[in-house]
Amino acid sequence: MRFMLLQNYGPAGPGCPPMTDWSPADIRVHIEFQQVLNRELLGRGELVDAQGLAGPEQARLVVSDGTGAPVITDGPFPESKELLAGYRLVDVDTPARAIEIAAQVSAAPGPGGVPIRQPIEVRQVLSAPDPDL
Amino acid sequence: MATGATATEGLLRELAPRALGAVARRSGDFAAAEDAVQEALLAAATRWPADGTPDNPLGWLIRVAARRLTDEYRSEDARRRREVLAASWSLSAPAGPVPGEDDAASDDTLILMFMCCHPSLTPGSAIPLTLRAVGGLTTREIAAAFLVPEPTMAQRVSRAKATLKASGEPFTLPPPAQRAGRLRSVLHVLYLLFNEGYASSSGPDLARSDLSGEAIRLARALHASLPRHPEVTGLLALMLLTDARRPARTGPGGELIPLAEQQRSRWDRALITEGTSLITGALRQGEPGEYQLQAAIAAVHDQAPSHAGTDWAQILSLYELLERMTGNPMVTLNRAVAEAMVAGPEAGLARLHGVRGRLGGHHRFHAVRGHLLEMAGDGAGAAAELRTAAAGTANLREQHYLTAKAASLGASGTGGAG
Repeated sequence: MRFMLLQNYGPAGPGCPPMTDWSPADIRVHIEFQQVLNRELLGRGELVDAQGLAGPEQARLVVSDGTGAPVITDGPFPESKELLAGYRLVDVDTPARAIEIAAQVSAAPGPGGVPIRQPIEVRQVLSAPDPDL
Repeated sequence: MATGATATEGLLRELAPRALGAVARRSGDFAAAEDAVQEALLAAATRWPADGTPDNPLGWLIRVAARRLTDEYRSEDARRRREVLAASWSLSAPAGPVPGEDDAASDDTLILMFMCCHPSLTPGSAIPLTLRAVGGLTTREIAAAFLVPEPTMAQRVSRAKATLKASGEPFTLPPPAQRAGRLRSVLHVLYLLFNEGYASSSGPDLARSDLSGEAIRLARALHASLPRHPEVTGLLALMLLTDARRPARTGPGGELIPLAEQQRSRWDRALITEGTSLITGALRQGEPGEYQLQAAIAAVHDQAPSHAGTDWAQILSLYELLERMTGNPMVTLNRAVAEAMVAGPEAGLARLHGVRGRLGGHHRFHAVRGHLLEMAGDGAGAAAELRTAAAGTANLREQHYLTAKAASLGASGTGGAG
């Protein structure tokens, strides 16, 4: 079964400053953590895709009624913390395993190596139904 | 040379488990043998269409795989392992099955299935390993069918083999005392594989429908090895009788068409005949099991002239047996539908009430309840249940079907009130 593990630009756990205020060393450790985690997921045969998205400054909202020119709003947006920052798509044996991975992602190291406690949204991807037996 | 390549592919798929059986049996190293045979298959797939098929294709595969295996050990510089290997294997070994090995060779497919569906593996690992080792599919093909990147699938296969290695499973048939339990795992894996393909067999998921074809091919191979085992026959029959309805099961837009509304003239008569004959023979052996009962139910549906003209009484009694045998509340849901067809929707709804505690949170409970409420003329109640079911399903087409059905009931309910 497949799960999307989504993270947005919302604040990480209490007391965690924005990443732009971290030391370069802390940022390096954080990025390395993400790479190691992806390698681990690949090694377990669970990783389908992992992507980070360009920042909210580059985001655009498009609305169209299907006939006229679309209305395009440029970022940044006041509610940018609700924008998606990145995702991992994993293919796992059980929902519990998806939760386990999400917990790992959430505990990514921040300043001083302290886990940032980023909220991770866990969403199942629609797929084949379970058989009867 | 498209035909040449296709013919080669067919031949390779057929020879794959026999080549692997021979190499694994003689080297005693299933994991390494499986890699070596996969490489030999890939080499053959490019060379045979160009150079022509060798006189002894099986011998060619075994020889090339053996060479790869030896190279692999040499490059690992594992002297000890090489010595072990040399004791049991030599490159001058006969090209092809040794005379008198015929019985062993016919058992190889079976041994491979027992290995690949080992209880230490999850279905998510057992299925790709079975497709590779027994089905002769490449990692790339399996990855495409399961919509994951090739490296991810490769890792899943190699982890599965590492798990097998750690379990110390020898390359032989399991001891008789364990065989029934181990066979259950094999049947379950093939059943899941079939379902994986069948449940997503149209539209953007077209590639995945091949998976049910693979499951049928593997079930046929298993049946060839164990022709007298009624549950093996039952599973093959179930697959054929279910697959027979595939052409009628989806509309032009890939939307799900429920059994009741399917155009029965589009069902595959040849598959129905074969499946029915298989299940009839299996049931005659007098050892019913869950796959046989499911196949028997499928056969009754497949032979009915229409949904209303179905022998629901017989389907009901088969579900009662199946329920007693498995204790599975999902079976009770199906029994409730049959009961409603025999004795009216109230009887079905009463049956559902009995499993509400165990299944009340499952989307299929609500889908069935919605269906029965619709039968009972409660359009608004039915629509509410179907909406709950749609919110709970993890299948896209099922979600579309339930949402559309709820909407149509809601609309007709409003119309009737106004």
